[in-house]
Amino acid sequence: MSIHRRHLLGLMGSSAAFGAFGTAHAAGGRDPRFVTIILRGALDGLSAVPPVGDPDFERVRGDLATIKADAVSLNDLFALNPAMPQFARLYKAGQGAVVHAVASPYRERSHFDGQDVLESGHEKTGYTRSGWMNRLLTVMPKGRAIPIKGLGVGATTPLVMRGEAEVLGWAPSSLAPVDPDLPLRLMALYEQSDPLLLKVLTEGIETGKIAANMTQTNARGGSADPAVMVQMAQGAANLMAQAEGPRMAALAFDGWDTHTQELPRLARLLGGLDQAIAAFETTLGPVWQDTTILVVTEFGRTVNINGTKGTDHGTGTVAFLAGGAVKGGRVIGNWPGLKDAQLYEGRDLMPTTDLRAVIKGIAADQFGVSGAALSSTVFPGSEPIAPMKGLTA
Amino acid sequence: MEGSLQAHMALNRFGLGASKAGAASIKDVKAALKAEMVVPDLLTHLPSSPQLLDALYAYQAARKDNRSAPEASRDMSMTDMAPKAAGASNMAPVKPKKAAKSAPEGPENPRRQIFIDEVAARYDGTLRAPIIGFNERLVVFWANHFAVAANRSLPVGVLAGAYEREAIRPRIFGNFADLLVAAESHPAMLIYLDNQQSIGPNSRANRKGARGLNENLAREILELHTLGVNGGYAQSDVTSFAKVITGWGVDRKSGQFGFNANQHEPGPQTVMGKTYDQPGQAQGTAVLRDLAGHPATAKHIAYKLARHFVADTPPPSLVSKLEKSFAESGGNLTAVYAALIDAPESWAPQPTKIRSPQEHMIAMLRASDTNMRPAAIVASLKAMGQPLWEPPGPNGFADTADVWASPEGLSTRLEVANSLSINVAERLDARELSQSLFGAALSESTRTAIARAESRTQGLAILFMSPEFMRR
Repeated sequence: MSIHRRHLLGLMGSSAAFGAFGTAHAAGGRDPRFVTIILRGALDGLSAVPPVGDPDFERVRGDLATIKADAVSLNDLFALNPAMPQFARLYKAGQGAVVHAVASPYRERSHFDGQDVLESGHEKTGYTRSGWMNRLLTVMPKGRAIPIKGLGVGATTPLVMRGEAEVLGWAPSSLAPVDPDLPLRLMALYEQSDPLLLKVLTEGIETGKIAANMTQTNARGGSADPAVMVQMAQGAANLMAQAEGPRMAALAFDGWDTHTQELPRLARLLGGLDQAIAAFETTLGPVWQDTTILVVTEFGRTVNINGTKGTDHGTGTVAFLAGGAVKGGRVIGNWPGLKDAQLYEGRDLMPTTDLRAVIKGIAADQFGVSGAALSSTVFPGSEPIAPMKGLTA
Repeated sequence: MEGSLQAHMALNRFGLGASKAGAASIKDVKAALKAEMVVPDLLTHLPSSPQLLDALYAYQAARKDNRSAPEASRDMSMTDMAPKAAGASNMAPVKPKKAAKSAPEGPENPRRQIFIDEVAARYDGTLRAPIIGFNERLVVFWANHFAVAANRSLPVGVLAGAYEREAIRPRIFGNFADLLVAAESHPAMLIYLDNQQSIGPNSRANRKGARGLNENLAREILELHTLGVNGGYAQSDVTSFAKVITGWGVDRKSGQFGFNANQHEPGPQTVMGKTYDQPGQAQGTAVLRDLAGHPATAKHIAYKLARHFVADTPPPSLVSKLEKSFAESGGNLTAVYAALIDAPESWAPQPTKIRSPQEHMIAMLRASDTNMRPAAIVASLKAMGQPLWEPPGPNGFADTADVWASPEGLSTRLEVANSLSINVAERLDARELSQSLFGAALSESTRTAIARAESRTQGLAILFMSPEFMRR
């Protein structure tokens, strides 16, 4: 109620106030917030939300199946990675949901192209001028008293929020530090081709001059640093909580490409994500009730563990939904199974839900955007993909 | 667009790194390099040394007024930057009212603004414009060979850029002797290496016998600028040469080189076995011209050029070719560069040199077609260990991998490469960029590492830190 009152007070000074009032609340009588968090690097959905009840889980996951011991049960089939106690609490309170075996239309395995497809909203690669969230801003039903503005968080606005619609930008000042994953990748590169640089880099890492430990909880990183994730969430939520602040925001967290040491790395990263979601809840205050946070990644990872206690690039994965507007407490989707014949190309989790259906459903339910606009402007060529209704209240 | 392997080598080994135009625009590689053997942009829109010294003197005079004013509120941090030997500063407070009004009304310290203008003129201009940038590489090489350190004193700081523009740029394709004379007689060098204060023991200025010689410039000319440390000179040569160039200083009124006959040591002097009895300034010029033509100088310059462009330990056969060209042409620098380009030793396909931080920075900005704020460039170069025109000593910045390939250096390069990548990731794809920058020279391992990067930003950072990009 207090939200509506503040909203109304904000309108009093405007001569168009009363004319606008009726349509401002067309979509369910509230003032929704929509946040998309992109996890760059491809989150392994099978470690984030392990299907511990699947008879093949332990067989296909090898050492990665040890997550089962500590995971928090969500239902008969699925459990949640223990690094996410806040999300577990939201799930139980009906404010958190998981979509499993989900994927964008992209079916190759390049991070760049996968992220471009995920964020551009096009079916194919090569569209990098605007993102679906920005175009969503352009098709909002007319007549709102307060125009719906977008917010890009980070040193650069994620592609998903870039485009013709003007968006705000905000970045925590501590974003500049080097992602500690980068020196490890350079180390692997120098090992193959440059002994001198390898020696110098190794010395830098060994003496602590170069931070390169993904599992170290206090490592200073860019947006792969849990502390920075929380800062980004707080900064975005502060702006979104304001009466005339942005209603949509996009954030990107790095570091999810877990080819090695997957479980300890995910413990740190998922912990950061979990804290970031909790920071949104705390900072948004009463506005949390009207909020939907969608957490997505460009693709999943191989079902089988690789030789370095990690997984390689795959296809199907999970998406998280969190917020007061979410009809939570459930894992959504059709489980494809983990038997060899059930896998995509014999190696990846088979995607059974198109991510665009999830987003179209949120856009339709929360903002009242028409199906036609969603299929032509927001996700061009997506007519066959029906909005998944009822994800949010 | 890809170019030939040789075109990529020309861009990286002899140039500033590929820009947007890329290697594809270079057809005949050696011809393209030789086409760039023309006097570079002289940046005449920037203020001259006399103008800069005028601004500095005005600033110093205003500060002196402030200091002598009884109620002047002084900024302690600025006091440190004020000139020390300013004479009788406690006499006759001038216009105390105005002086008491504190700094903002007086002239500003010109150092900051001129540095910003110098950086912008180069990093947004001369270092970005050329296809290859061979001539600009030579400007950097020679400015470092005849190094002045801008952090030595305020006058050198104000003049460092003008020194490069006035003494170095116009002469890098001429005769070495002309370049040498211009460098040693520029106010920046004369102030930096103390020759301004060097007084002939028997000169008129030293009638009371209280002052004397300063050997600094004479020694560095012999050791660093001409013969080289093992060039066969003795302490007596240093002392004699120092006497020869007494009186070489800066004329306070004109702000230019001035020969002060009162400071000059009278009489003939013997340097490297030859006696010079020319009057006044001509004596010094004659010694410099002979030093320029000395065989040890030819060897020294040949070695330094070969080391700079080709390898930390250059092939001796290459050094001899350059040395021969230097000697036979009488120090014609264009002939020496042509010999460098024509020598097969210069084109060994495996790059061995590590780019200096400055070269790395320039290459990143060119490759990504990015302009950075001058202040950010200055700060980045400093963080990477190569602050602009602030070498550790008159020997300039190091030119070998053992200095630049350090954990600290790599750490700050990572940070700069990472920040730049964040800024350009919106519009650049590291896979395409690496192909256009290195073409066939791109290794499979780097190509794969970039393709597997988890984000555009990370892909670019890997490219900027790859062996292909770090080496030249």
